[in-house]
Amino acid sequence: MKEFETIKKNNTSTKITETITGCEAVVKCLLAEGVDVLYGYPGGAIMPVYDELYKYQDKIHHVLTRHEQGATHAAQGYARISGKTGVAIATSGPGATNLITGIADAQIDSTPLVCITGQVGSHLLGSDAFQETDIVGISTPVTKWNHQITSASEIPEVFAKAFYIARSGRPGPVLIDITKDAQFETFEFSYDKCKGVRSYNPVPNTDISKIEEAATLINSAKKPMIVWGQGVILGKAEEQLKAVIEKANIPAAWTILGASAIPTSHPLNIGMVGMHGNYAPNVLTNQCDVLIAIGMRFDDRVTGNLDTYAKQAKVIHFEIDPAEIDKNVKTDVAVLGDAKASLEALLLLLDKKNHDSWHQQFKDLYAIEYEKIIKNDLNPTKNGLTMGEVLNEINKHTKGDAAIVSDVGQHQMIACRYAKFNQTKSNITSGGLGTMGFALPAAIGAKMAAPERDVIVIAGDGGYQMNIQELGTIFQTKVPVKIVILNNDFLGMVRQWQQLFFDKRYASTEMVNPDFVAIAKGYFIDAKKVTQREQLNAAVKEMMDCQGPFVLEVCVEKEDNVFPMIPTGASVSDIRLE
Amino acid sequence: MSTEVHTYTVSIYTENNIGLLNRISAIFQRRHINVESINSSISEIDGVSRFTIVVSISEDQMKKIIGQIEKQVEVIKAFYHAEEDTIYQESCLFKIKSELLFEERQIQNIIKDSNARIVTVNREFFVLEKSGRRHEIELLYRELSVFGIMQFTRSGRIAVTKDEMKISEMLQAFNN
Repeated sequence: MKEFETIKKNNTSTKITETITGCEAVVKCLLAEGVDVLYGYPGGAIMPVYDELYKYQDKIHHVLTRHEQGATHAAQGYARISGKTGVAIATSGPGATNLITGIADAQIDSTPLVCITGQVGSHLLGSDAFQETDIVGISTPVTKWNHQITSASEIPEVFAKAFYIARSGRPGPVLIDITKDAQFETFEFSYDKCKGVRSYNPVPNTDISKIEEAATLINSAKKPMIVWGQGVILGKAEEQLKAVIEKANIPAAWTILGASAIPTSHPLNIGMVGMHGNYAPNVLTNQCDVLIAIGMRFDDRVTGNLDTYAKQAKVIHFEIDPAEIDKNVKTDVAVLGDAKASLEALLLLLDKKNHDSWHQQFKDLYAIEYEKIIKNDLNPTKNGLTMGEVLNEINKHTKGDAAIVSDVGQHQMIACRYAKFNQTKSNITSGGLGTMGFALPAAIGAKMAAPERDVIVIAGDGGYQMNIQELGTIFQTKVPVKIVILNNDFLGMVRQWQQLFFDKRYASTEMVNPDFVAIAKGYFIDAKKVTQREQLNAAVKEMMDCQGPFVLEVCVEKEDNVFPMIPTGASVSDIRLE
Repeated sequence: MSTEVHTYTVSIYTENNIGLLNRISAIFQRRHINVESINSSISEIDGVSRFTIVVSISEDQMKKIIGQIEKQVEVIKAFYHAEEDTIYQESCLFKIKSELLFEERQIQNIIKDSNARIVTVNREFFVLEKSGRRHEIELLYRELSVFGIMQFTRSGRIAVTKDEMKISEMLQAFNN
């Protein structure tokens, strides 16, 4: 109803109004928000907006994906690599419902996204009209905010609010549903960017006394450990985090979405926490005396059994979202607010330390993990290619400068464990939702947002086929993404669980796969298949040297498992090496 | 933090928007929590709505849910209160055959003793309104059901708190 009073007006701007249609207003709003590309799929209820996109194609690039899910993931990839808001657009009904997986993914992984859906005419709402779905109702639990527009005059303020909400505070997806009559209606258009919403406080105030308490705890700690998450990247606090860990000499581990915020080669970067993370940070989570969580949310894949998680430690939690405090892990000191500002303030209060014997514990455990797992993953001596050696080969060519877009499953864990990263926003993967099929379309958006970077998809044979139709988008747009399929003819992670916990009953996990090279060539995309170790180096080189998109299928060992592993419900310190 | 289950009254100040009821109820539904009653109305502040929700859960869970509610963009502020922290009422209506008023003298005493109010009387039926605590309404229901109730409905709880909830100040801070 009367929500528009809630938007603070910029009184200083001189308003220039013009009489235009709602659908032209949509495009003008996107331009005003700096949108240069959007991903989508046309259809009846959104056709007026597409007609305007046709007229404005010199200013705004619409990428036709082959499925609306692909559009949301492409918009996510665009957002994740650039820090800007991704935009996806679809028609009503099935077009809108096909967006839902991507929206849910963006919600749980805090990705700024604005999704626009067409809707049947307002006189038809609730009549079960052709291609009518209650997309506002359907998307409510998976959006940060959503709104249905039934009158053109609402468009500027709703769009301004949508972009503001999507990118501010803890980012997330927003959906705007626009009835067809509102798209056709003419009105007096003017645009003011949104500067605030009275019921919404994106960044809570930081209590400086909490930073002081945190500093006191850290300064007195003998075995401090940092676990950082994506909040560091979203909050542009990479430099501040690096300064903090270097000054206080604190070993720092990352969650899957935090990867790349600090280069993997940094001596204080001790690897990934969680189910398939590194041995040392998982085991020593249960030995540290102060655990400093920064921009992470203690996901169950990170903590394992909460009853035995870091019980010995004082927990400090730097977090922008108050709802995350004490949600999973009880904190001793909660520092609300912006990560960058908080870490800057913390840095000034920290003492220089060395913690040598504590660091040695990480090194000792790493040596065990290297001997038992890493060595064999990266440089195997037995027959059969490992996923790890493919990543190792890719690292040799990229030197850590590429963005790695991984799908979901064993290959994802291997990619996150072994990919080298020199710069932030380089690890693009579906963390919270675990959406198979994410990588291929996400890479399209990532490469478009960062054309100067190498963007490499690491997918499994299962997830690759979940959005394989996006090869069509790659062919049409000529976006030069590199696609590596680690093919083990299995849904590998599920198979691994079946092997370990279901007595090897491989229920519906064996894949009879098509000729992936032939499929790529059907889309006129260069492709190669590798089955032998000797072919790998040359094939990766050929892929990286190729000017256009390239598909590299690598047939890896069928029944390899990813270790270390924290079985579900086990403690992080009970992580298994075999 | 307590894991013991208590009845809590939740007060939520919100913008008045379509869809917000859905957004708030989804927070409870997602966690498999039964909402005992829910009421939405205007509040003491112009343009601000107020939800009053009653749930029986642990305080630990309650705090987390308040966090999730406040996270919603159009929620201004959410509070939870223990039973002793609020003044609360429910309201109900009974539709009863008019002839009973005259044939069953006891009914008149029940009405008088319960502080219920006759809203309307006509030849066929009369309507009785009662506001009060849940147990008072339940007592009246039991007493009247002996004679036969044609229709009955009870409202959700509405409650005001003994302590101040500083919504106006929060909104003032935004405007400045």
